[in-house]
This record gives sequence, structure tokens and C-alpha cells, in this order.
Amino acid sequence: MSYRYEKDMSACGLTGFISRNRHRVNGEAIIASICNMDERSSGQGGGFAAYGIYPERKHQYAFHMLYTTRDALDATERYLKRHFIIRLEEEIPTRRNAKITDIPLLWRYFLSVDKEKLALNECDEEDYVVNAVMTINSTIKGAFVMSSGKNMGAFKAVGFPGDVGRFYRLEEYKAWTWIAHGRFPTNTPGWWGGAHPFTLLDWSIVHNGEISSYGINRRYLEMYGYKCTLQTDTEVTAYLFDLLLRRYKMPVELATKAMAAPFWVQIDNMPEEQKKIMTAIRQVYGNALLNGPFAFILGHKDGMIGINDRIKLRPLVAAEKGDVLYIANEEAAIREIVTPDRVWMPTAGEPVIANLKPDRSKAKEEEICIEIS
Amino acid sequence: MYRNLVKAEFQVIRDNEKCIRCRVCERQCSFEVHSYDAEADHMREDEMKCVGCQRCVEFCPTRALIVRPSPSMGRPHANWTYRQIKDICKQADTGGMLLTGCGDELGQRIYWDHLVLNASQVTNPSIDPLREPMELRTYIGRKPDKLEFSYRKGVPKLKTKMPPQLKLDLPIMFGALSYGAISYNVCESLARAATDSGTMCNTGEGGLHKNLYKYGPNTIVQCASGRFGVTRDYLNAGAAIEIKIGQGAKPGIGGHLPGEKVDAEISVTRMIPEGTDALSPAPHHDIYSIEDLRQLVFALKEAVEYSKPVGVKIAAVHNAAAIASGIVRAGADFVTLDGLRGGTGAAPTRTRDNVGMPIELALAAVDQRLRDDGLRNQASLLVAGGFRNSADIIKAIALGADAVYIGTSALIAVGCTVCQKCYTGKCPWGITTQDPYLSKRVNPDMGARRLNNLLRAWSLEIKEMLGGMGINAIESLRGNRLHLRAVGLSREEMDILGVMHAGE
Repeated sequence: MSYRYEKDMSACGLTGFISRNRHRVNGEAIIASICNMDERSSGQGGGFAAYGIYPERKHQYAFHMLYTTRDALDATERYLKRHFIIRLEEEIPTRRNAKITDIPLLWRYFLSVDKEKLALNECDEEDYVVNAVMTINSTIKGAFVMSSGKNMGAFKAVGFPGDVGRFYRLEEYKAWTWIAHGRFPTNTPGWWGGAHPFTLLDWSIVHNGEISSYGINRRYLEMYGYKCTLQTDTEVTAYLFDLLLRRYKMPVELATKAMAAPFWVQIDNMPEEQKKIMTAIRQVYGNALLNGPFAFILGHKDGMIGINDRIKLRPLVAAEKGDVLYIANEEAAIREIVTPDRVWMPTAGEPVIANLKPDRSKAKEEEICIEIS
Repeated sequence: MYRNLVKAEFQVIRDNEKCIRCRVCERQCSFEVHSYDAEADHMREDEMKCVGCQRCVEFCPTRALIVRPSPSMGRPHANWTYRQIKDICKQADTGGMLLTGCGDELGQRIYWDHLVLNASQVTNPSIDPLREPMELRTYIGRKPDKLEFSYRKGVPKLKTKMPPQLKLDLPIMFGALSYGAISYNVCESLARAATDSGTMCNTGEGGLHKNLYKYGPNTIVQCASGRFGVTRDYLNAGAAIEIKIGQGAKPGIGGHLPGEKVDAEISVTRMIPEGTDALSPAPHHDIYSIEDLRQLVFALKEAVEYSKPVGVKIAAVHNAAAIASGIVRAGADFVTLDGLRGGTGAAPTRTRDNVGMPIELALAAVDQRLRDDGLRNQASLLVAGGFRNSADIIKAIALGADAVYIGTSALIAVGCTVCQKCYTGKCPWGITTQDPYLSKRVNPDMGARRLNNLLRAWSLEIKEMLGGMGINAIESLRGNRLHLRAVGLSREEMDILGVMHAGE
């Protein structure tokens, strides 16, 4: 494992909302909300994640790809053809504007996993997809997987978030969860892959802060085969969620407690069973503790989570209106798009969690096994 | 004629104007340097006997004494230094191995002095430990890779049974110092300070005196090749068990406590006849391989019914990384690495100064190896070997140590001046001696207080530096090598340490 890396530090603005009833809206509101916080961005990266945007292909993995060279595109397509059944490949629709420059090739692929290949590899389908993402990102020069989840996608670029949103024509997508980010990096020039959200499978994360525990979080993840290619705090946060929630099947409330752990003095005063759980979490997942200032919003297929670091060194506000939960760095970004019924400041380390109601749509399950590619 | 070739190492200068002939120096010096000439009403000094321990200097009420390295060192020579010549003469005189105490004095590279720490500026606020909690609590022991939960009415319950853990309020423990090598009063000072400060002391291979069983919850009991004092009660009295395979000051060789030091109490504690030499064989004679070690690890676990962590201590040697990996696979709950600069009560000088490797390199290599092998969760990593201050310790934690053992620095806190004469049994500071006249010089009340002070001072410093890095829990620094940078190290050294150069 290489230890020679420079960590990308960035401060940022973030906002997001979720309709628990899966009521879908287009991207105009999220753009308005994030633009309200342009002060928190430097034009070196903006991005969005949206859930529920591909209902007609909701059982396929939607790979949003970014290529800096034609060779990277060819190599990636060869790789995808070898490992997946490609249902559809197309360029991601964009609207060019003067503010977004140095545009890479932007493609998306709707993929299914060949069950026979899976059986040969003796692995879980999601591990198979994660492995593919890791392989593309770390071995194909100039190729980068922007997102790889089902019925969701990430849209990111170098620029102010408003310009990025219009570039990707987000008003044409409808989603029940929207998350946005404007970036203010302090050392590296922005690059498209480095913009938030960072995603893996259905996880997407936008992040404001700097993780001072990055070095050990990264070494911990490397022990379990994660390849941290982006050198950002956000990437390790997403991988930690993947490890704890998906691979270790940890309930989300407890996973957030591993990352923003209560203090020992609090734990020592908890009721017996809770104390036992929290002590074990800190003992076993100490390397997953995120230290330093952060606020982040995590989107996933079943909901959205917002959380602060354990001493609340970054602002984070939550609000509610009807079935919609809003989370942002600043209250103004929420009031820009809604007059909420309730607004509150989550305390340090206290997660704000919204879960989607079960999906009642009658869309037919795909029979991917019998289809011939 | 030949004897004259060995010059006095120290010069004792007395200001006769200031000297009041109170003879404190005479009473304090266990090496009999000072004597009183009644006829002349004059103090005399036999400099040949002086070890430079400074006891007389500190106790002289009129500050009439200076003890310093002797200036009469002969003609300088790069290869044939005075030290080399002296050693040859000594051996020509006696035909014996050179013996010494304390750690390496050749000055192998001290990597701590080539590593610098990070601090937060702007993008990440530093945290003030006076305003915010700053957590040093550390648990030593095997950790499962993941936790399982069960649910009753949506309320989670912990399903995983956690292996036994050793709780430390700060990641600094007292290293293995055996009763026999050190006096009872020092053992008691260490045990009491460990209890007061919420950390551990370590019995070394000397067994546990019956009066100290009450400090068992803060004591790691050692099981070494001589098996001195190892009984079921002893194993059960401690908070954890450490199998001692090797020691940083003398890797590959055993131990020898001279019979003169084995008095009645030590005889009972070590379970050997009074006045006999306590010889620890170089290897454990029931451990000739890693699979043999596994048997001992599990035999000890059985003896304490799996209620305590069982670890293995090795000296840092060339292939420490592979050995440590094997030790973890053999079932050890922690691995202790003791580096080249680690102390000793007695070791052959050549072994002490030339065998093994600096703890920094061993620690970095072992931590990385355990991660590469996916074993790092399964065992804690303890390190020892010449830690001088809190900065050394925080750097060790950043390299990957779970906790650090301090031996020599703890003894310095109770009076040691590193004169390196521990093996003579005449320690003028009352530390490494069993002579009641000398050992009463350490008062356990004061010893414990000074050790507690040292731990408190170091933990304050560690908290300050942690907060400066924007970290408020020690586990976020553990193995976080991004907070370390090298100054003036080669590429190979940086590769082994896993750190970048300052400015990179």
C-alpha cells in the first residue's frame, strides 16, 4: 500500500432534501438552494446526486462515467462488456455553457450482472460491482466512475454548482432525494472527479470539512480491500458507510455512532446495554471514527442521513415541511426553497435520519438471467 | 603497571573551602569513593571507583562536589577511542564479557528526532484540551473485525461476545521491571502509580510479591523462560499475561540475576532457594517453534479461563514483522515489541549495543505487516525501548502503536541517573539493589507521587499536541502516519516508516 499521498482539503457548502413519500421533483429547487450558498464555494467543483431518476431501469446499475481520453473510454467499455451485460449506453445529455470548460467525455451505462459470472466469482453481487468500480478507478488511466448505483446518479463538474446543474440539464430529471454540493478546495486545483458527491453503489455523500483522522481511516479501509484513489475525506467516508452498513449490516444509527462517537464520559453514564454496545463500537471500530470538523449528507436507496462531527465544528441545520426533510449548512439555503414547519440544529454527533416509505410502484421485476447479451 | 591503563572514568572535584566534612558523601556512595582521613581532617576520593551517578553531588549540603567525565583521556584517535581502549584493557585484565545496565549507549539513530508532527491551521480548527474533552482511553486486546447485533422490539443488543480487553486511561504503561532487578519499594511505587493513573505496570520475570497482589488489576504478569514465580494464583492475579520471548537490550540471550540479590523475599516470590543465581534460559525450553508458542498461549488462556488478554513480547529483530504476524496467528491478543534502545538490569555490553533494531523501524514494519495480513484488529501492538518524553510516545502512536511501555524514564522519575551500574546491585539511588540500606532510599509514597506526576505531565502534553492536530480521541491518531513527516531521512527509511518528508 502506498503511503505517499497528499490529502485534498476542502471546505464547502452542502444541501439536500428527501420526500419520504417518494414524491419526485425536478432539479430546479436543489439548484436554487445550493446557489444561495455560493459564498461557500470557489467555483472549483460542484455536484449533485439524485435518487429515483431512472424508474424504468431501476433494477440496473447506472454507471455515470467520466473520461479524459478516448482510450480510457475504449478500455472501460471493453472492461464493462467483459464483466457486465450492458443494457444501454449513451452520452449524458448536457447543455454547454461558457462557465463549464475542459469538458471530459461523459457517458452513462445501464448494466446488469451476469449471474453465471457471479457464481464463478463466488461473491456477492454488490461486492462484484464495488470491485469493478475500484478496478476502473485505480487501473484505467483517465476513467472515473462518477456513480454506480441503481435508480440514481451523480452529476459533477468543475464550476459553481448552479452552472454545473444547468450544464447537466437537471431540470429534466425528477427525483425524491436531491443532494448538492459546492466546493472550496484549499490546495488542489479542482478536477471533475474530485467534485462531490462521492458515490459508491447507492451511497452518495457530500461533505463539508476536513477529517483529521483521514490517515488511519484510509489505512483501515485498505485492510479490507478499498482503494482510496481520490485522496479526499469524502471518499473514505463513503467507503466507511459501505463497509459498516452494507458489508457489516450495521444499523444506520449505530454506524453513525462509530463515525461520530459519543465521548467516554457520556458512554460511562449510559444504561448498561447501551454502554456495552457503545464501548464495543468504539473498541472495534475506533479506526472508523471520523475526527475533525465535518458536516455531511449521505444519500442512499432507502433514505438520507445528515450528521455533524462529535463537537460540531461545522454548521448543519435541519428542517421539515410535510413529508420532506431538508438538511443544509445554512438555514437560508432551506428557506430559499421552502417555508418549513419546523427548523432545528442537530447537536454534535446526532444524526438526522429520514427513511423512505416502501416503494409501492408495480414495476415488473426484470428477469435478467434469461436475457442474452 | 597494567592496571594503570584503565584510567578513572570520572573526576571527583571537591572544593575544600566549601566542604564541612559532614561525610554525607561517604555515607551516600555505595561504591566507596569517599573516605574521611581523621588525622588530616580531610575527605579523600578514590576516583577509580566512581561511576558518575551524582548521588554525592546531589546530597552535598554545601555544593562542594563536582563529578564529571575525566579529562585525562589520552591521545584522541578516531578508531581507537578511549572507550575502545578501556574495554580491551578491562577484558585483558579479567578475561570476561563486558557487562552493563540500561539501554544502548552507542547512539544508534534515534528516529523520533527525525520525525515532526502536524498541526491544524485554518481549514481545520485545532481543539483546546482545556475547553473540550480530549480522550486518551485505550483498550488493549483482540478485537473482532465486526460486531453483530440482535434486536428485541427494534432495540439493539450486542450479540458478539467481546474478547477480554485491558482498559488504559492513557496509552503509557510501566515496562517490565522485575522484582529482583529492582527493589521492592520501586515495585510498590510502580504498582501504586499504575493503579492511581489507570494504567498498568509489568512484573517482568520476577514474580509478584504477595503484598502487591492487591494491585493485580493494574498489573501485567509476565511468564518468561525461567518461569519464576509463575503459579495459578499469580496468573490470575494480573490483568493480563505477557509471555516474554525476548528483550530489546539483549535479544537472543537469557537473563541472570546474581545470587547476591536473591534475598529471602525474592526467594519466596521467585520460588528459588535464597542466594542462588536466577538464570533465565535464552529460549523457553518448551518453545522451539511458533506452534509451540501457540500451545503456551492457549495453556495460559486455559489457566485463566479466557478471562484476560494473553500477549507475547519479542525483541525487535530483523524479521520482527513476520514473527509478529505469526504470533498473532498463534492466538496472542497483543504483541509487545522491545527496541534496541530498551533498558536492562544487566546485559552483555556488545549485545546491548549491537543486536536488534531501533523500535521506530520495527513498529512501522510490524504495524504495516499486520495490516497487509488483515490481522491488525486481532491484536494490539505495544512498544518499548527508550521512550524519553511525550513526543516520542505520540509519534509512536502515530506510527501505529496502541500503547507504549516506559521503563528507564519511570526509573529516572524515582531517581535513576542512568549510570548503568544496575548489574552491580549497588545502585546508590536505591533502585536496582536489594541492600536494605540502599533500597530504603526510595520511599514508595514519593516514588508513586513522582510517577503519577510524570504520567500526568505527559498526558497533558499529548492532549495539547492531539488538540493541535484537530484530533480529540487518541484512536484517530493511532496509525495515522499522515500526521508525521520526516526530516533528514533517506528514501529507504521513509519507505519503512511509511512517512513522507517534510515539505512533500
